[in-house]
Amino acid sequence: MTIPVVLKTPKLYLDGAFVRSESGRVYQPDGRSNVPRASRKDLRDAVRAARSAQPGWAARTAYNRGQVLYRVAEMMEASRGEFGRALGGGRGANLELDAALDALVFFAGLADKITQLGGSVNGVAGPYFNFSMPQPSGVVFLVAGERRPLSPLVTHLAAAICSGNTAVALVSRSAPLPGLLLAEALQTGDVPRGTVNLLSGLAEEILPWVGSHRDISLIDCCGCQEHEWRSLAEAASEAVTRVLPPQASEVPLQPRLALDMTELKTVWHPVGI
Amino acid sequence: MQTSSASVSPTVCKDPVASLDVVGVEARARLLASRSIKRHSKVLALNLAIACTDLTTLEGSDTTGRVAILCAKAMHPAPGDPSVPRVAAVCVYPAQAPAAARLLRGSGVHVAAVATGFPSGQVPRQVKIDEAREAAATAQEIDMVIDRGAFLEGRYREVRAEIEAVKEAVGDRHLKVILETGELGGMDQVRRASWLAMEAGADFIKTSTGKIQPAATLPVAVVMLEAIRDFAWATGREVGFKPAGGIRTSKQAISYLVAVNEILGSQWLSPARFRLGASSLLNDVLMQLYKERSGGYQSPEDFSEA
Amino acid sequence: MATSPPKISAKPDVRANLAEPDRAPRDFPLGDFSYVAAPESTDHVTIADRYDLFIGGRQLAPLSGRHLTTLNPATEEPLAEVADADAADVDRAVQAALAAYPSWSRLPGSHRARHLFRIARIVQERARELAVLETLDGGKPIRESRDFDVPTAAQHLFYHAGWADKLEFAFATGRGRSLGVVGAIIPWNFPLLMLSWKIAPALATGNTVVLKPAETTPLTALLFAQICSQAGLPDGVVNIVTGGPETGAALVRHPEVAKIAFTGSTAVGKGIQQALAGSGKRLSLELGGKAAHVVFDDAPLDQAVEGVVNGIFFNQGHVCCAGSRLLLQESIAEPFLRRLRLRMSRLRLGDPLDKNTDIGAINSRPQLERIEELVASGVAEGAHIYQPACSLPERGFWFPPTVFTGVAPAHRIAQEEIFGPVLAVLTFRTAAEAVARANNTRYGLSAGVWTTKGSRILWMSERMRAGVVWANTYNQFDAASPFGGFGESGFGREGGVQGLREYLEFS
Repeated sequence: MTIPVVLKTPKLYLDGAFVRSESGRVYQPDGRSNVPRASRKDLRDAVRAARSAQPGWAARTAYNRGQVLYRVAEMMEASRGEFGRALGGGRGANLELDAALDALVFFAGLADKITQLGGSVNGVAGPYFNFSMPQPSGVVFLVAGERRPLSPLVTHLAAAICSGNTAVALVSRSAPLPGLLLAEALQTGDVPRGTVNLLSGLAEEILPWVGSHRDISLIDCCGCQEHEWRSLAEAASEAVTRVLPPQASEVPLQPRLALDMTELKTVWHPVGI
Repeated sequence: MQTSSASVSPTVCKDPVASLDVVGVEARARLLASRSIKRHSKVLALNLAIACTDLTTLEGSDTTGRVAILCAKAMHPAPGDPSVPRVAAVCVYPAQAPAAARLLRGSGVHVAAVATGFPSGQVPRQVKIDEAREAAATAQEIDMVIDRGAFLEGRYREVRAEIEAVKEAVGDRHLKVILETGELGGMDQVRRASWLAMEAGADFIKTSTGKIQPAATLPVAVVMLEAIRDFAWATGREVGFKPAGGIRTSKQAISYLVAVNEILGSQWLSPARFRLGASSLLNDVLMQLYKERSGGYQSPEDFSEA
Repeated sequence: MATSPPKISAKPDVRANLAEPDRAPRDFPLGDFSYVAAPESTDHVTIADRYDLFIGGRQLAPLSGRHLTTLNPATEEPLAEVADADAADVDRAVQAALAAYPSWSRLPGSHRARHLFRIARIVQERARELAVLETLDGGKPIRESRDFDVPTAAQHLFYHAGWADKLEFAFATGRGRSLGVVGAIIPWNFPLLMLSWKIAPALATGNTVVLKPAETTPLTALLFAQICSQAGLPDGVVNIVTGGPETGAALVRHPEVAKIAFTGSTAVGKGIQQALAGSGKRLSLELGGKAAHVVFDDAPLDQAVEGVVNGIFFNQGHVCCAGSRLLLQESIAEPFLRRLRLRMSRLRLGDPLDKNTDIGAINSRPQLERIEELVASGVAEGAHIYQPACSLPERGFWFPPTVFTGVAPAHRIAQEEIFGPVLAVLTFRTAAEAVARANNTRYGLSAGVWTTKGSRILWMSERMRAGVVWANTYNQFDAASPFGGFGESGFGREGGVQGLREYLEFS
């Protein structure tokens, strides 16, 4: 007779805490795990946590944000076994984990370069010094989607937070465990609480409250279905919230992914004595 | 004319303006210069410009003959045309002041003498005071220069003390204090020197000697006029303004009138509170004046030299 | 609490009148130095009785059969009739732009550049005509249309002409592809300038354009159409469809428009965003604002006053980035306001064609009514109103420069965009409080800060949520400087290399 394995209860990751849904509801995507079915109120709490964490995260130096992201990669690599099991094992799981690690390393190294890549000094026709710099948009909501269980989530989260945004992500519905497991790497990787918040559950229960949420600055629909994207974008118009379109296929890692989640700020100052 | 402030003792009070931004000052000056002064407004402005002119000759080669020509022009800028006002003053070196005083007696045109080691101011203080006192014996108005060396070394108290000493030496004579803004190194310093001169008892603050470039500019005028306004607000004393150096055209002269009008108000637009220091402005103003009257363009040869 | 209707000019504040004649006797008899009218001549501007649509390089009568009348807001006299395009007219224009697109987009960049340079030059050559027309049609002072609108429009055309043959060097992600037909919808506050902000980058990147000018200010766009013909721009590359909201809606809904570039009100912008949701069409929005203008106690006071005046009274306050909320550090509030009132007393309101006019006419009666309504709300909510003594012309739409003090952040005049010459003054004690108050808005287009301390300028610039921060200056614009907002002020940038990206796609 074998000793029963101690199983880990999947939890949401809200404001640096591992919690069940306030609704108490779960669903079983794989027929075994009781995955939290996040509610409207869980979404509200997640956005509130992200909003309150945002100024502090953005105020860190870009160098420090890069180091934190790299630390998350270290933690994921250290948990390769567990991620591998959550991803179903085998070569596919390793490839998926490696793709996620590549993204973390890429955006860890981008944090202190994004200003140079997106910013400029502008030669204006007058006695003024004029420069433009990307700034974080604020709170990003990310729909990770079903295309793959981990790498799109990690890629778009890292792209979002490397510039100083904070984020709330809805992980894959059909394979939520790798996404939820990411929370542990974030927690041990010294990502400040509230910077990333992870929800699991049913898109149709969460997304109707996302588009019209006035405290969400940008919605990344990278893993949305067409109809989800349309409804989100329609509702988002009420607060002129930015919406990034779904991505049908893998996009190569590039700074643009992060720059698309920033706002450009231009500053003028006179030059004279 | 009577100086309103001869009895006012020096007033030390804090300048409420902490700093200036030169690009903003220049933008304000451009806006003032863009005013379009036409028809009877222009006639009024041109007459004002004449009446507020300190007709100036400050050359080593000045002779009594040269001063006599200038004085004649000052009293009758357009001979035979009584509608054209006389100028406010003739501005000369102290050595020529007695001659000018004799020629101008009874005309209402004042004699202004530059003093205090004009233009550099680099003579001992006692020499400056003696020179000013001597000049005040014949001239109604004294144009002194500040000690820019001391100012640039940060010895502001000494600069002020020297102006106070000269003020005392010239008694009730009208004291114009020349800041020589082109040597001060920036607008913040122009503001500081303006304030300091007014505190020390200046009746007028004046931009330049005319011997240094840049001399009067509209941005500098904006800064000095705002200082005059703030000083009037702070102390109740209304100090006059004299741009000098490089003012040769009617358009330039009118731009200063506009600046005074919009920053201080039309009550400042009289010889008691505003002067234009110029040697070659008058004929351009006359040409413009006759053009407004006759509708036709004039030739410089139609007007007497001065 | 004042209860009188705000339209009536308030009594002048005696403290402001440093220079009122009663302060001291005049000792000089020449008379007051007032400026007689110096009107810009209009004899070199020809306005037709009626304008048709500019489609495919030709003047076409509208299929709708309808025309609108455009007024001179300073006199309420009709200037001309312009076509009121319906959906069928818009479709004709889009088809013309589609037909022109293949050859225009395949033209070598250097050739597109030459077309744009030539147009820019003609705009400069005909600058006086454009400026007078802009002032007649929109009511803005000729000084502004002559010294700002038209030269800046020409600069935008020049700047973007120079990009047309350098696109492959502009972006790390490759040269990018043009989008197709761009639908541009522009407002009435800077008609020619907004036209150039849309048309210049669209054409430089190889797109063709259907542009709808604002209903009340179509005339410079129609003159620009003539300029395109004069410049030999290929037919259909630029099409101008005049009309009202229905015309704009038809352009937004047209299935073959690849991108909408909109500048205008936040309400309309939201409607466009909603209409395009999930369509995959590109969209850039430049919407409203309620900019904070923060003045610290070490600010260059008089230049700050000038910046505030320029910030709120430029173009009668019909500016999306107008500095409509003045935040004064408490310790300098009174000295600042004293200077501001004096400066306001010098502003000259009247005939927009007079070269000495500082404040022109309000663009339209509805806009005037909106300003009056919001000002009345400010009075009703208990804020203290100041307006310098100034008489308003009998005919036309006018509103005097207005400042409210004693404004609370919750007042409507502190929250809503007024789009008129109305300033709401609030105070603050610390920099942190200033940032919090400045950011307490749904908008985020622009912000101003005045302080001498360099570290504080940068600290404030980083924290104020706005796409443009003017430090120790205000309302500066340049083709090389990206412009656009955060939050409900819209998205996308115009100007600079970043603005070009809005007209290209990358894969």
